[in-house]
Parts: sequence; structure tokens; C-alpha cells
Amino acid sequence: MEQAYKCRKILKGKGEGEAIVSTDPICFYLCDPKTGKVIEKGHSITGKTVAGKVLVVKSGKGSSVVMVDGLYQLKMQDNLPAAIIVRDIEPVLVSCAAVVGVPVVDRLEINPYEAIKDGDKVIVDADNCTVTVKRVD
Amino acid sequence: MKITKEEQEILQGKLGEGMQKALELQVALGEAFDAERFVDVSRTHVALSGQEGDTYWCELLVKGGAKCKVPCTTNPAWDTKTLTQYYGVTQDELELVKRTYDVYTKIGAVMSLSCTPELQQNVPAFGEVVAFSESSCTPYVNSVLGARSNRESSVSALAAAVTGKTPLYGLMFDENRRGTMVIEVEEAPKDAYDWGLLGYNAGRIIEKDVPVFVFKKIDGRPTPESLLYFGAELNTSGAVPMYHIVGVTPEAPDLESALRGNKPTRTAYISNEDIREEEKKISEEGGKINLVMLGCPHYTLDQVMELERLMDNRKSSVPFWVLVSEATLSLAKRNESFYRLAECGVNLVAETCIDEPCFKSFEGGLGLTDSPKCAYYRERRGQPFVLRRLSECVEGAIKGEVK
Repeated sequence: MEQAYKCRKILKGKGEGEAIVSTDPICFYLCDPKTGKVIEKGHSITGKTVAGKVLVVKSGKGSSVVMVDGLYQLKMQDNLPAAIIVRDIEPVLVSCAAVVGVPVVDRLEINPYEAIKDGDKVIVDADNCTVTVKRVD
Repeated sequence: MKITKEEQEILQGKLGEGMQKALELQVALGEAFDAERFVDVSRTHVALSGQEGDTYWCELLVKGGAKCKVPCTTNPAWDTKTLTQYYGVTQDELELVKRTYDVYTKIGAVMSLSCTPELQQNVPAFGEVVAFSESSCTPYVNSVLGARSNRESSVSALAAAVTGKTPLYGLMFDENRRGTMVIEVEEAPKDAYDWGLLGYNAGRIIEKDVPVFVFKKIDGRPTPESLLYFGAELNTSGAVPMYHIVGVTPEAPDLESALRGNKPTRTAYISNEDIREEEKKISEEGGKINLVMLGCPHYTLDQVMELERLMDNRKSSVPFWVLVSEATLSLAKRNESFYRLAECGVNLVAETCIDEPCFKSFEGGLGLTDSPKCAYYRERRGQPFVLRRLSECVEGAIKGEVK
């Protein structure tokens, strides 16, 4: 099954990978840069990695400075998410992802939590404002 | 987004590549939030950290010839003169601090090196349009002082310092500052610690609303420290740059004014039990400790003097660090609190953040703090913390363990 959705470009670029769906907002500092695994206690994706994944996330949260280092260290270790689909954009997440260079989109035409499940293959094309979801049933 | 002729020239690189990069970032941010145009800022604060991500951005701007138009105050990395002698830091770690301070000095920052500029160094007035990063600072300047700042990151605030502008959206407008959600709280917190826990609890449920806190009864005005710790935690467990407290904050003389006549989109209730449960969840269980760490955000002189009273000339049996601003440190030397606390084994240090490699020899052990924010960010460095109020931190320090 393959489905394409319209979205809004927040930060340019194209990324594809397996989906990882977080129902909580994220602070990238609480990711282990060596593995990309989320280490925050009680987070909806604790223990799962964001490396190379298309991250579907509710929003950004937390410190205004460690977010950029969190993303920067993931980049240095080649463990950045391939792209981010965010439900509620948040300025710290947007500006830090802009400096480090991660494609970000929002305003998916349907609820991203209904459209995308963990493990789906997702292509985010921010420049053409499309998100393609492939599900292997 | 409407771009003026002058801004167009900046974007074409006519005022240098650094200025261009800064404004490009701000255009991306402005477009994401549907800003109509830019607005001038009169003050900026950058949450410098001495971490590579942040230093990289400042170096990129300086390489492109950027200089602050509105000099920013800054957060600290760590005091290499005082702390290097204690714990095994590496040459690389020392050099990163030097690199960071050098490049921020080059860009023209005010090297205030404290996370509480809004209390004593860079204090905006009611209605002033500013760009303040630092998660404890942004809610304070909006909510307590009535200045106007969006939730800036260190990178976007540095861009604002360079361009002298910020995108006009969000909390710059009256209609976006009104309360949209009402949170009733069973009991008003008594001290900064309880305010912090309430903030951590509420930060999880607020999402993108502007919360209005309602207390049945509130004895006297919360101290600046209480409000500072409250905002710090709201903006750690969540992303909350603005709140109202009915009868306390300036844009909320009563509930109706806080909501500006609108109905709230939702309401929530936080009981004493909710707060105690959250405390249990985020604190490690008690045990032997190897460090007491206070001052996240930086302790004020009032907090230092309260600590001195509670220590009551007794000695800490474990290393005990209290992080303060340069101004607080010099006052504490003048009134001799600094020396009396040193006799108790309690060390005050300025220009330092909890989240730095200078404290790494404690990693792997159990720490004790009164700040959920400290506990949350030190997790990355592999040091779990027990959370307790100040009086219990003091008793824990003396015994070397906490129940």
C-alpha cells in the first residue's frame, strides 16, 4: 500500500527511511549520539533510535541550547533522523534543525498519527511538499 | 514574509556572509510561524553552553564577519580557573571553553556568563520586545516582567543579536499572550522547590496553550526565585514560554483579564498527590551520594543566605557545589557568606552550568539536587540525581546519604 500526502515545507531537503513515531515532544539532547537512541525516562520512544529514521513527533521541548548540540552530535556520528514530520512546530526545534540541516515538514493533510505507523517506509520531500508512506502488510 | 529593502540587501550578502546567514535562519523561522515581517529587538540573551553545536554556529557567523548589533548577555560554560584543579578534565574540554569564550567575545557578546540575566544584568521592562533564549529565562521575561519574547533557541537568539531583529509572530501580539487554558491547583506551592515540581508537572500537559494558573488561596507573593524555578521546569518538561498566575503576574490581575474575555479551550486540575507522584517518578531513590549540586538556575544571594542558615556551621561530608552569577558571588564575598560556607565544605562558583564536563568525575555516582532541570539534563552525562528540597539537601550533604 502506498499513499502520498500533501504537507508544508518548514526546512528544505529530502529524506527517507523507516518511520519512528513519537507521541511525546522531543529534546534531542536526551538521545545517545553514538546510537541515536532516546534515553529520556518515560518517553514514548525511550530505547528506540532516531538514526536514519523519519521521525514523526508531536513537538519540540526543553532547553534552548542543548537541542542544537543534541542534533549536532547526532550529525557528527551520522545518526541524524533522515527527516522530521512535526505535528505542532516549535521554534527551538525549527531553528536548531535549520542550523544542523534536517528536512522538516508540518501540516500533513491528515493526522500524522493516523497516517504513519512505526516501521512504515516514508519519503519526505520538503521541497515538493509531499510525504509518501509505504506500508508492507 | 514581507522583507524590506534593507533586509533584502542583507539576504544578498551585501553586509557580509555572517549577517546573511543569521537573517536566513530568521527568515526560515519567521516563515514557519507565518510571521508578517521583522521587528526590532532592544535586548537579547543567548544561552551559550560551551557545547560544540552552539560554538559551531557562533564561529560560522564570526567567520562571515558578523558582529552583534544588540550585544547579547550569555549563559556560562564553566569556570576553568576554579574547577580545572579539582576534576580530571581533558585538554580538549578546556580548549572548547576557550574557543567558545573567544568567539563570543569576537562577536561582541556581553560576557555575563549567567543563566539569570533577567534578575540583575539584562532586565527588560513591561512591553519591551526582546529575543531571550535560556529555558528558565524566556517564561520569566514574558510572564513575570511582561516583556515580549518568543521561545528563542540559543542559535536564533544569537541571530537576533547580530541582526537586531526578530520575526514578528506569536507572543509579540496581545491576542497570543492571552490565557487559553485554565489550570487549577489544589494548593499553592510554599517554596521554590514546590514551585519547580508544579512547573514540571504542568509542563507535561500544557502543549501549545498559554496556561492560566488559579490557586484557591495564595499566601503573599511568590518570590522571584520561586517564579524562576517554576518557569524553568515548565520549559524543561514542556515548551512553555509564557504563563499567567491570577493575582500575581502583571497581565493577570484576575481570571477574566488573563483570558481577555474568552473562554478557555480546556481546563486541568493538579492535586497535591499529582505533584508528589511526579516527584517520585523523576527522582532517583535515596542512597549514598557523591555530590550535592545547587543553582540550576543560578542561586540568588537570598538562596545562598538561606543555605548558610540551614547549614548552621555544620560540615558537608561530600563535595557540594552551588552555582551562582558573578554578581551574587561578589556580594557573597562582601558579606562573607562565601567564606563561611567554604568552612562548611560548600563551594560557590560563578560562570558555570551544571551540564558541563568539569563535574564528570562524579558521573556514575548518585547526586543530590533541588532542581528537576539539573536532574533531567545530567541524565545525558550518566549521573542520576535524587531530588529533594533545600533543607533535605543540606541534611543529605552532612550525612553523605539521603533516605
